[in-house]
Amino acid sequence: MIELLNIKKGFGDKEILKDVTATMAAGKINLIIGSSGSGKTVLMKCIVGLIEVDSGKVLYSGQDFTAMDNHQRKEIRKEIGMLFQGSALFDSMTVEQNVMFPLDMFSSERLRDKKKRVQEVLDRVNLNEAGKKFPAEISGGMKKRVGIARAIVLNPKYLFCDEPNSGLDPQTSLVIDKLIKELTVEYNITTVMNTHDMNTVMESGDHIVYMFEGKKQWEGNNEEIIFSKDKRLNDFIFASEFLQDAKEMRQMEVFKDKNWRDKLKASNDQLDADREEKR
Amino acid sequence: MEFKFFYHFGKYVLMLKGMFTKPENIRMYWKEFMQQCNDIGVGSTGIVFIISLFMGGVTTLQTAYQLVSPIIPKATIAQVVRDTIILEFAPTLTCVILAGVVGSKIASELGNMRVSEQIDAQEIMGINTKGYLLAPKILAALLTIPCLVMIAGFLGIWGGKMAGQLAGIISSEEFTQGLRQEFKAYNVFFALSKSVTFAFIISSVPAYYGYNVQGGALEIGKAGTTAVVVSCVLILFADYALTAILL
Repeated sequence: MIELLNIKKGFGDKEILKDVTATMAAGKINLIIGSSGSGKTVLMKCIVGLIEVDSGKVLYSGQDFTAMDNHQRKEIRKEIGMLFQGSALFDSMTVEQNVMFPLDMFSSERLRDKKKRVQEVLDRVNLNEAGKKFPAEISGGMKKRVGIARAIVLNPKYLFCDEPNSGLDPQTSLVIDKLIKELTVEYNITTVMNTHDMNTVMESGDHIVYMFEGKKQWEGNNEEIIFSKDKRLNDFIFASEFLQDAKEMRQMEVFKDKNWRDKLKASNDQLDADREEKR
Repeated sequence: MEFKFFYHFGKYVLMLKGMFTKPENIRMYWKEFMQQCNDIGVGSTGIVFIISLFMGGVTTLQTAYQLVSPIIPKATIAQVVRDTIILEFAPTLTCVILAGVVGSKIASELGNMRVSEQIDAQEIMGINTKGYLLAPKILAALLTIPCLVMIAGFLGIWGGKMAGQLAGIISSEEFTQGLRQEFKAYNVFFALSKSVTFAFIISSVPAYYGYNVQGGALEIGKAGTTAVVVSCVLILFADYALTAILL
């Protein structure tokens, strides 16, 4: 579990994070959502220590990360994997070498074992044939998958994903979401994800923190978010006309039922069956 | 324009201090060091060859042009060429050129890594990026640049000899005789001292600018240019200071 206690961060005169307190649930997908400039990325970078907080605490399983020196932080960081927005792959290395890098640096295993582990994680992200390619030779979606493979190669306890769907088409986004979701369960990882992709929110949001102008505006899960009465949150998640329709739809009694998806599917199936019968 | 000398100097010193930690994996650091020796040393050999040959040739021709008195023996030309090349041209001119070649490479490489979050990715893994990315570059420069300066010295003198012969100014025997006249081994020590100092400037200053880039492609370009300009100015300052102290 990761706890954030009264996190404050500013750059110059501008206050970016204003007293953020939240908890990231262990073994779940925790989403930090919010519009651009709301402080999501700064918050994530504060959690992993890439940016120092001005005040407040970040606790990893009860250990105060903010009070640790570099040596102590190194130990925590060995349990962290991170997928960056631009994938952050080392361009002078092949896909295999990128994934092998953390193993080379921190593992004392034999080369044969390391290669086996690299192959395992590349297979897991469906990239078994791209191992010899350089980052410049693969697509954006593949880069993200290499980033994920590199992040999980050391079996981390915590996985951080900074906007994993940015720059990807909706279908590839779903593949990445599904992969992160599966890995979270498979490796029992505490995943923290920054996103403003509503598909991700609805599909993967075990626990959601909504940020607005540097403050935590709302906290809940993907079931609760649909029925939230928070105006700012509603403005954010139902921004498009299409989603406005969805907003009106959710006022209908049927959507207040937690099993509305199943019921909707059953109703559609019934309609299809009726049509067939008429024919 | 805001003058932030102490801010940058303090940050530069802290960056150098940050390099001295226990390596996470000594083999990976060694691999990176060897890679940098290859990039900085072997990669700059071609340009050093060309510069030093022409530098030696031009020095011989210009010295001969100025020493027109019949009472000055021709061997003096070789003596002047030797001292000019060892004391000034081989270390200073070579290092100013290397500041452009190596400095811009270091600054843009690190700048690109910073902007594309590759440095952050290594930090997250628990790697001391100052130690892993900067120290091998600086150490490789400290090792290879004095070697390049020595090569530049030899080639410069040889180029001078060839130019003298080709122009019919001085014979090979006279040139060799001139090279041996009043040779001071201390001058070589002086040249090597300068080259080590310049190597440190050439590698650490661009490393500082590249490592601390903020922004995008434009800032990487600016960092490269600033790194080269600052390195060249510092080399000239250091050249003057070392000459005043050591000679």
